[in-house]
Amino acid sequence: MTFEDWFRVDRLPHIYCAGCGNGTVINCTLAAVDEMGWNKKETVFVSGIGCSSRAPGYIMTDSLHTTHGRALAFATGVKLANPALNIVVFTGDGDLAAIGGNHFIHACRRNIDITVVCMNNQIYGMTGGQGSPTTPIGCLSTTTPYGSAEPAFDLCELAIAAGANYVARWTSYHVKEFERAVKAGLETPGFSFIEALVQCPTYFGRRNKFKEVTDQVEYLKTHAILRAKRDRLIEKGERIPDDMFIIGELARRNRPAMGVKL
Amino acid sequence: MRHEVRFSGFGGQGIILSAVILGRAAVIYDTKFAVQTQVYGPEARGGASMSAVIIDDEPILYPKVTNPDIFVIMSQEGFEKYGANAPESAVMVLDSSLVQSRPKCTCYEIPATQEAKQTLGRDIVANIVMLGALVATTHIVTEMALEKAILDSVPKGTEALNTKAMKKGIELAAAGSKKA
Amino acid sequence: MTKTEFWQGNTACAEGALAAGCTFFGGYPITPSTEVAEHMAVKLPKKKGVFVQMEDEIASMAAIIGASWTGARVMTATSGPGFSLMMENIGFAAMTETPCVIVNIQRGGPSTGQPTMAAQGDMLQCRFGSHGDYSVIALCPASVQEMYELTARAFNLADQYRVPVFLMADEIIGHMRERITIPEKIDHLSRRELAAGKLPFQADTDLIPGFATFGKGHGVHVTGLTHDERGYPCTTNPGVHAALVQRLVNKIENARNAIADYDVINPDARQVVIAYGAPVRTVQQVLHDRKGTDIGFLRLRTVWPFPEDALKKFNNARMFFIPELNMGQIAREIERHVKVPVISLPKLGGDLHTPAELIKDLEAHK
Repeated sequence: MTFEDWFRVDRLPHIYCAGCGNGTVINCTLAAVDEMGWNKKETVFVSGIGCSSRAPGYIMTDSLHTTHGRALAFATGVKLANPALNIVVFTGDGDLAAIGGNHFIHACRRNIDITVVCMNNQIYGMTGGQGSPTTPIGCLSTTTPYGSAEPAFDLCELAIAAGANYVARWTSYHVKEFERAVKAGLETPGFSFIEALVQCPTYFGRRNKFKEVTDQVEYLKTHAILRAKRDRLIEKGERIPDDMFIIGELARRNRPAMGVKL
Repeated sequence: MRHEVRFSGFGGQGIILSAVILGRAAVIYDTKFAVQTQVYGPEARGGASMSAVIIDDEPILYPKVTNPDIFVIMSQEGFEKYGANAPESAVMVLDSSLVQSRPKCTCYEIPATQEAKQTLGRDIVANIVMLGALVATTHIVTEMALEKAILDSVPKGTEALNTKAMKKGIELAAAGSKKA
Repeated sequence: MTKTEFWQGNTACAEGALAAGCTFFGGYPITPSTEVAEHMAVKLPKKKGVFVQMEDEIASMAAIIGASWTGARVMTATSGPGFSLMMENIGFAAMTETPCVIVNIQRGGPSTGQPTMAAQGDMLQCRFGSHGDYSVIALCPASVQEMYELTARAFNLADQYRVPVFLMADEIIGHMRERITIPEKIDHLSRRELAAGKLPFQADTDLIPGFATFGKGHGVHVTGLTHDERGYPCTTNPGVHAALVQRLVNKIENARNAIADYDVINPDARQVVIAYGAPVRTVQQVLHDRKGTDIGFLRLRTVWPFPEDALKKFNNARMFFIPELNMGQIAREIERHVKVPVISLPKLGGDLHTPAELIKDLEAHK
């Protein structure tokens, strides 16, 4: 597969900043879709508003770039009206967890057969670097100038609690694992949620002491801990530092799902 | 000729259904025109429930009841709220087992709830007894139309009970105590 | 064979939608519109259609837009508070030219107001409620018969003009039951599919582009951002934005006479009443009771785009009277088009103007 197989070449170059992690996520997602052998005619990309949500505009399938936070509600309509279509939603932490939080939990509850890829950069990038529901405590943004005082959402825990059939978290560093997770999500009937923590050098990294793009990627690499390893450490009674986050496949189950192609 | 019928009782008695059945009888089986409206409050049960039907040989333009000439009253609170001011020229059919007051107008006292409970074994059909009495006393729709509309509207398996209730109402009206 | 029924307005609305081939309903319960959703929930699955109860009205509107892009005829139904929530995605539907039908069984507002009482307070919101400039179509039924017929027509207009179409009813018409004759068949005007070689947002001479249904290989990009004829975002070119918004408005406003649906009664009258929705019934009663009077009547079934040419039918009019269940929302619109006095007759609280009240108002200005 090359990018020309899926990209609208006449729309390039894209708007993402140099060093942005979103391109990695889009690449891996398209690779997984390509591996599925999905027909372009029967695949639809849906998104809301934000940096991540610009992705469908660069992909040559039918695509629906909607209103802020509402992508999952739009996608629900597309999928229920025509279950033969394969639906992938691109979203971000602000779009999905703040303004779209209610649609997120209800899409998980319905377990509607779509795959959601969330590019979590822990910041509002499109509007210039404001704090989001996943900005870690103490981190700086234009609206948390003294450090975020609010606890952050764990989006995967939320998806699991609300009923999604497949849930996984990786980062823009873990490209192979992430691509495999997206493919597993595409294969799983019902709602699949794959979160990718991504670097945002322009708005997050710059304000939070990541001088180089690679500094933030390195941070993602060194602060990620596999679920299995975490469980092992806990069993041994070892303390897991607060700034570590869990990666890996976090749920795979077979709850009743809606909109599954017969 | 335009007739305006006002039904009132407490929520759960089937006041609205009575009005719908009467309107349906007029429209579907007597090929007349009818408009049914109701007062909606936030409560689903209890309170004073009110529904109205306008029946006319011609299309009904203004759909709201302005001067009801026929009253079907099934509770004391319903009488006080929606029946007490009935003009002398009106006709009222009331459930004498539940309504204490009596109006100034022509009044037919029908012990519908008592009869429904004692003779028919189900007080839930009291509203159908009242419909039978209403039609027997006012001829606002034909008995045949009423019976068909009742059968269209009641749950399956209760047809015989409801037909019996209607007939009971007709019978009570014939024997009935009319007070001018 | 036609068939006679004794239906509630909301039932007739749902049945009109089904007769028009509506196969997707997304909604959220709200008084006094809920019976529309309940009826669709019973009937749609039996016709292999989809009924989905969404988490709120924002999502309901989103779901029907998504479904519309698969080619389905789609509808939602709501009332004031839900209507306010829908405004965001109504703007999206206008911008992306997505056919959809929105039923508003109006109740008293603002805010939660009077859930079980009638009003016509959302007439301007339906025209202007979402941000930015756009145009829509709004139909106002005044009987159970018209709940059926105008709902069915709304689907044709939505597909023909690629625009949100509103059925602006009210609690009185939505909740009352009356005689309705079901027509043997209703007209069906289909959506025009995107022709080969045309761009997905390239308009034809009627200013309406062909529809690039999802799943047919068009590879269309649909965005609420200002877009060029390819559908690609183009947000900083003033010319592209101006041309797009002007086309969105003109495709409807230029067609106002084709969309218009109204009756003109006593066109030579000096006193003319203009009404839409439930107050029509009051005016009809007054005209019936005072046969041979010189009261003129313009009875509107389409309110948006406002059929301003209809006003020219009343050459002798000295005064227009507008009974509305609001503070004069359409009276304002009429004032823009006529030089003679426009008397707004507002009625708030949920009751309809009585014939006696209307006669009194007409007499007072004799």
